Amino acid sequence: MYNPTVARLTYRGLLGRRRALILFVLPALLLVLSAAVRMLTGADDNTATSVLGGFALATMVPLIGVIAGTGAIGPEIDDGSVVYLLAKPVKRPTIILTKLVVAIGVTVAFSAVPTLIAGFLLNGNSQQIAVAYALAATVASVAYSAIFLLLGTVTRHAVVAGLVYALVWESLFGSLIPGARTLSVQQWSLALAEKTAGAGAVTADVSLPLGLTLLTAATVAATWFAARRLRALTLAGEE
Amino acid sequence: MPPETRTPAAPGRPQPAQDVIHNIGYRTYDGPRLGRAYARRSLYSQSLRGAYGLGRSAKSKVLPMILFGVMCLPAAIVVAVAVSTKLNKLPVDYTRYALWLQLVIGLYVAAQAPQSVSRDLRFKTVPLYFSRPIERVDYVVAKFAAMASALFVLTATPLLILYVGALLAKMDFSEQTEGFAQGLVSVTLLSLLFAGIGLVVAALTPRRGFGVAAVIAVLTIPYGAVSTIQNIALHSDNTTAIEWLGLFSPITLIDGVQTAFLSATTSFPGGHGPGAATGAVYLLVALALIAGSYGLLMRRYRKAGL
Repeated sequence: MYNPTVARLTYRGLLGRRRALILFVLPALLLVLSAAVRMLTGADDNTATSVLGGFALATMVPLIGVIAGTGAIGPEIDDGSVVYLLAKPVKRPTIILTKLVVAIGVTVAFSAVPTLIAGFLLNGNSQQIAVAYALAATVASVAYSAIFLLLGTVTRHAVVAGLVYALVWESLFGSLIPGARTLSVQQWSLALAEKTAGAGAVTADVSLPLGLTLLTAATVAATWFAARRLRALTLAGEE
Repeated sequence: MPPETRTPAAPGRPQPAQDVIHNIGYRTYDGPRLGRAYARRSLYSQSLRGAYGLGRSAKSKVLPMILFGVMCLPAAIVVAVAVSTKLNKLPVDYTRYALWLQLVIGLYVAAQAPQSVSRDLRFKTVPLYFSRPIERVDYVVAKFAAMASALFVLTATPLLILYVGALLAKMDFSEQTEGFAQGLVSVTLLSLLFAGIGLVVAALTPRRGFGVAAVIAVLTIPYGAVSTIQNIALHSDNTTAIEWLGLFSPITLIDGVQTAFLSATTSFPGGHGPGAATGAVYLLVALALIAGSYGLLMRRYRKAGL
């Protein structure tokens, strides 16, 4: 269920040329920000949660998820070169799973790892905050990659659709309508962070079992549906 | 005619001369030539229409029109509420409106700036533009102006709705006109700034999807970072830091300029907006960014490809 050649091509498509640049800029910004905050205010758990929760988990992880998830398949469908891939004797679910693995790898490497380092920079992992947010970023990366990979197969405007979900639904509606928070990857992953971190350090809107169930369900359903979409793919010309 | 198929010439008649270019009646064009200004105008209007999907497929109209609708809907609701409850002042400031919906504006730039320039790069049509009587400066100016105009339409229409609604509700005419004018100045600056940033980022990549993500990252990530640090600075009572930090993201830059010069209330944490002196720096930085993005675009198109 894993094809190294497809993986290599996807990896090159994601990180080749200058594309890796934006993926490096975001984590670098987070680290600079954390270092600056640490120097300005000293180690403080509240500041750490506000930087890690407000910037890392709420903005950086979804954005890198969008770039990696849709970038793993979107451009190929967009320029039509996916037919050469589909014409090879490789099962479509294998293609999707391989691309998912690569997307997850890239998202974790560029979001969860910097989150962990930023956490240590901010308060030296007091109350396990750094580890908690890194864990949350990891599970969120998995779910985001699967969802945005699905979007990449469904629509040509996958990046915009993904951004609308990540920014408008999670940030805007999440802060206005409490109910919207139950249906957000961010909150599901925060449930895990809440359990890992010291008591009261992190708050989430969903309980841990519900969060984990929804995370798994969303990931599996998105992957299955993406494979299904790829089997029935029709190629359209540029509008 | 190849030699094998040639029929032998009848004896006594002269052989027809070979290698002749026949005049088959092509004519040279002798109508009016519309010239460079016309080409520039056409490029501008095509780009502006394209930014709303006009003259393109139905599918590409969906997104800009939805965003346009989302932009205008709150204004219509505000007006409806103000009229029905007989308020004597609009519940939202003209200058505050664009800041309030900055996410929508950001999404619009992210979706439409790559549409305007990345596709030309990807399908290698840029050389075709330059085979017309337009220069590099015409292409850049037309694209920049079209994007800025599209953004101005997006941001000024809701203000117009608010203004008309306020006048229909018989609010104070001079007060409303002043607010409306200030709002227009602010959204003009915002349109130019966002169009410049969006086009510069989009012109660097031929892949639309990647351009979209890059533009939204450039517009929102600095905002996220700036407001996080500003909130931390508020907790440690460092109000001068709040004032200066706003320089580092596009939307807070606009916020700072209009707080200093257009009598807007700031949305900086704790309401610590810049004063006139700091505001001058804000205005300078904003104008420098606009000029800088124009310069970068000019440099970018020195070479037609990538």
